[in-house]
Amino acid sequence: MSKTIVIDGKVIPFEDGQTIIQAATAAGVYIPHLCHNPKFTPHGSCKLCTVKVNGRNCSACTFPAAKGQTITNITKELNDDREKITQMLFVEGNHFCPSCEKTGNCNLQAVAYHLGMTDNHFPHFFENREVDASHPDVMIDHNRCIFCTLCVRASQQEDGKNVFAISGRGIEKRLVVNSPSGLLKDSDLDVNDCAAHICPTGAILIKRTGYKVPIGQRIFDHAHIDTVALAAEGASHDE
Amino acid sequence: MSITVYVPCDSSAVSLGANRVADAIAQEAQKRGIEINVVRNGSRGMYWLEPMVEVATDKGRVAYGAVKTSDVASLFDADFLNGGVHALNLGLTEEIPYLKKQQRLTFARVGITDPVSVEDYVAHDGYRGLKNALSYSQADIVKHVTDSGLRGRGGAAFPTGIKWNTVLNTPSEQKYIICNADEGDSGTFSDRMIMEGDPLVLIEGMTIAGIAVGATQGYIYLRIEYPHALEILNAAIANAYAANYLGENIQGSSKTFHLEVRQGAGAYVCGEETALMESLEGKRGLVRFKPPLPAISGLFGKPTVVNNVISLASVPVILDKGGEFYRDFGMGRSRGTLPLQLAGNLKHAGLVELAFGATLREVLYDFGGGSATGKPIRAVQVGGPLGSYLPESQFDTPLDYEAFAAIWAVLGHGGIVAFDETVDLAQMAKYSMEFCVEESCGKCTPCRIGSTRGYEVMDEIVAKRDLDKNIPLLRSLCDTMLNGSLCAMGGMTPYPVLSALNHFPEDFQGR
Ligand SMILES: NC(=O)c1ccc[n+]([C@@H]2O[C@H](COP(=O)([O-])OP(=O)(O)OC[C@H]3O[C@@H](n4cnc5c(N)ncnc54)[C@H](O)[C@@H]3O)[C@@H](O)[C@H]2O)c1
Ligand SMILES: Cc1cc2nc3c(=O)[nH]c(=O)nc-3n(C[C@H](O)[C@H](O)[C@H](O)COP(=O)(O)O)c2cc1C
Ligand code: SF4
Ligand code: SF4
Ligand code: FES
Ligand code: FES
Repeated sequence: MSKTIVIDGKVIPFEDGQTIIQAATAAGVYIPHLCHNPKFTPHGSCKLCTVKVNGRNCSACTFPAAKGQTITNITKELNDDREKITQMLFVEGNHFCPSCEKTGNCNLQAVAYHLGMTDNHFPHFFENREVDASHPDVMIDHNRCIFCTLCVRASQQEDGKNVFAISGRGIEKRLVVNSPSGLLKDSDLDVNDCAAHICPTGAILIKRTGYKVPIGQRIFDHAHIDTVALAAEGASHDE
Repeated sequence: MSITVYVPCDSSAVSLGANRVADAIAQEAQKRGIEINVVRNGSRGMYWLEPMVEVATDKGRVAYGAVKTSDVASLFDADFLNGGVHALNLGLTEEIPYLKKQQRLTFARVGITDPVSVEDYVAHDGYRGLKNALSYSQADIVKHVTDSGLRGRGGAAFPTGIKWNTVLNTPSEQKYIICNADEGDSGTFSDRMIMEGDPLVLIEGMTIAGIAVGATQGYIYLRIEYPHALEILNAAIANAYAANYLGENIQGSSKTFHLEVRQGAGAYVCGEETALMESLEGKRGLVRFKPPLPAISGLFGKPTVVNNVISLASVPVILDKGGEFYRDFGMGRSRGTLPLQLAGNLKHAGLVELAFGATLREVLYDFGGGSATGKPIRAVQVGGPLGSYLPESQFDTPLDYEAFAAIWAVLGHGGIVAFDETVDLAQMAKYSMEFCVEESCGKCTPCRIGSTRGYEVMDEIVAKRDLDKNIPLLRSLCDTMLNGSLCAMGGMTPYPVLSALNHFPEDFQGR
C-alpha cells in the first residue's frame, strides 16, 4: 500500500500498470465512463472519463496511475463537460428513450441521469440510420450506436471472432459488420457471444427478450449508475 | 570552361515555369554555341522572384528574376552569363536584403547546392555533423541536442533532446526514427523546401538520430501531395547509399542506418504522430491515446523518435558546430532559428529563417513588405489552421513560444498567413470548424460531434441569425472541444475560432 494517488482528496492505492480508472474502481470511486469496460483493452474515445491530473485533462481509462498524481474527478467543471459530451452523443444518434427496449438498462441514459442532464443542449442531427434485423437472434439498431467499440473489442478479445468494425472517418464513421453482405446474418455472431450482450446502449439487442423485465424493475430504476458500475466492475471496498 | 546556371527544381518554382525556363536557357545556349552547365538547385525562398535564375560569376552568384521563357533571349543578349545588366538583374544573390537579413542555419545550403549530389553536399560542409557524431558516445550526441535547446519544429515545441534521451534509455532490440513529413498545415512549405532543396541535410539528421538512440531503421512519412519531393528524396537516398552514408558500416564506423520514404494517403490527421504510426503500420489513421508515448512504445510497439523535418534537418549544424553555437541564437526558452513561411496577402511571400525574438511586425513588413493589395493587414494566422488569429494590436509580439502562449496563440510550424481588411473573421471561424469536420479522425466525441455542430452554429452566426443564442452555444462547444478532445485536432480548433471571435467581435455582430 505504499503507492498512492489522490482523487478528490481521497488517498487511493494503486499497483503498477493500473490505469486511474482501475485504481479508482478498486477503491470504490466512480469515474463516469461509457467506452471503458475493465474486461477489454481501453479505447479512450468517448472522453466521458476525463479527469484533471495535476491540472491537466486526461482520460482516466487510459492514463496510467502514477505516484504524485493529484486528481480531481467530481467537480462542476468536469461534470459540465461530461454533460455536454453526453448531450453530443444523444444528438448524434437517435435516442428516443421512451420507445427504446433498453430504457432503464441503458448506460447512456443512466449516465445522463447521473449528470443531471435535462435537455439535449445541441441541435439534433436526425441522421437516417439503419436497422439490421437479419440475424435470427440478434439485431442492431444503428440509431443508438455511440461507437464505443465495446462490441468490436468483445468479439475480438473475448469471443475470438471479428464480427464488428468501425469504418469511415470523422462524422461519417459507422459500425459495420464483417460479413460478405455486411449483414449480421452472414456473420458468425452467435447469440451467446459476449459481443451480443456488451452494448451499453440499445444498439445491439437480443431478439425475443424484449420487455421480459418490465419497466420499473430495470437496473437503473432502482440504483444509480455509480453504484451499479462499481458493483459490476469490481469494487473491492466494503462500506 | 562552361558557365554554371542555376534554375530551381523546387515545385513552387516549377509551378511558375522553372522547367520551361531551364529548357529555354539550354536551347538558347546551344543555338548560340555556348557551353553551359544547368544545375537544378533548391529555391532561395523568394517566391515572388521565381523562377529565379542564378549565374556563377567571379564575384559570386548573380540573380535574375522572375524569368519567363520570353526573357531568355534578351538575357543572353545582355550577357547574363557574365552577370550582365538586364531589367531582371537582381545583383548578387547573397546581397538581396531579404536573404541577407536572415540567419540561415537549417537552410544554409538550400538553393546553393545540387540537392541530390553528395559531393556538392560534402563540399558545402555537409556530413561534418555526422563525422563528429561518429566520434561521440550516444549520450554525448543527445547532450549536444539537449544543450542546443532545439524544440520540436512540428509545432508542439517539445525539447528534442529530452525525447531522444527517452528513446536512448528505453531498452529494445529494435528502435525506429520517423521523420514527420506530412506537412499538413495550410500556408506552410519549409519541410518541402528542405526535402526538395537539401534532402541530404535531412538524411544526415536522421542518421545522426539513429546512431544517437540506437535505431537502425528510419522512415520518412511523406504526404502524397509532394511528388517532386518524393523523387528528389529517393534520388538523394540512393546517392547516400552509394557513397556509404546510409546502409551498413557507415563510413567504416560499424554503424548501420537504413532509410526509406513512405507516402501518406492525404489525411491531415495522419500528421499527428500516433495516427501517422497507425498509417505506417498499414491501419486506419486513427489517433492513439498517449501515454504510452511513441518514445517508449511507438511504431510496432517499439521505442520511436518521431520528429518533424525541420527538427531533424537542424541536427547536422548542431553536431557540426556544437550545441552552444545553436543555443546562442534566439530568446528565452526558444533557442536557435525558426524557418518562417510567409504566405497569404503579402507582397513578398517566401521562406525567412530567423533567430527567435524578432517581432511579427518586423516579419510582416521588413520581409513580407506589407500586404500584396496595399491595404492594411488586419489579421494574421500564425501556426497553421489550428493557430490563433492575431489582430494588429498583437503584431509586436516577439516570435517566441512562450510569448505566443501568453496571448493564447501558437507559433506552431512557423506558418504565417496574412489577411487584409477585406477578410471576414466570422467566415474564417466557420472555415476552421469546417476543416475540423473534414479532417477529424472521428475517434473522440468532442472533436467529431463538436466540430460538426460548430460548423452549423457558425453557419447561423455568419447569417446573423439568433446571435444571442448561437454565440454562447459556440463558446460552449469550443469549451468541450478544448477540454475533452483526444488530440490537438479537436483540441486546438477552438484557437482560430475563439481568437477570431474575441479579437474581431465586430465580424460576429448583427447588421
Ligand atoms: N506541422 C504541421 O503541419 C502541423 C499540423 C497540425 C498540428 N501541428 C502541431 O502539432 C502540435 C500538437 O502535436 P502533438 O499532439 O504531437 O503534441 P504533444 O505535445 O502531445 O507532443 C509533442 C511531441 O513531444 C513528445 N513528448 C511529449 N512528452 C514527452 C516526454 N515526456 N518524453 C518524450 N517525448 C515526449 C510527443 O511524443 C511528441 O512527439 C500542435 O501544437 C500543432 O501546432 C503541426
Ligand atoms: C492534427 C495534427 C496534425 C499534425 N501534423 C503534423 C505534420 O504535418 N507535421 C509535423 O511535423 N507534425 C505534425 N503534428 C505534430 C506531431 O504530432 C508531432 O508532435 C511532431 O511530429 C513531433 O515532432 P517534433 O517534436 O520534431 O515537432 C500534428 C499534430 C496534430 C494534432
Ligand atoms: S439506447 Fe438508451 S439512451 Fe438510447 S434511446 Fe435507448 S434507452 Fe435511450
Ligand atoms: S453497437 Fe453498441 S457496443 Fe457496438 S460500438 Fe455501438 S454502442 Fe458500442
Ligand atoms: S471511458 Fe474513457 S474515454 Fe470513454
Ligand atoms: S476525433 Fe481525432 S482527435 Fe477527436
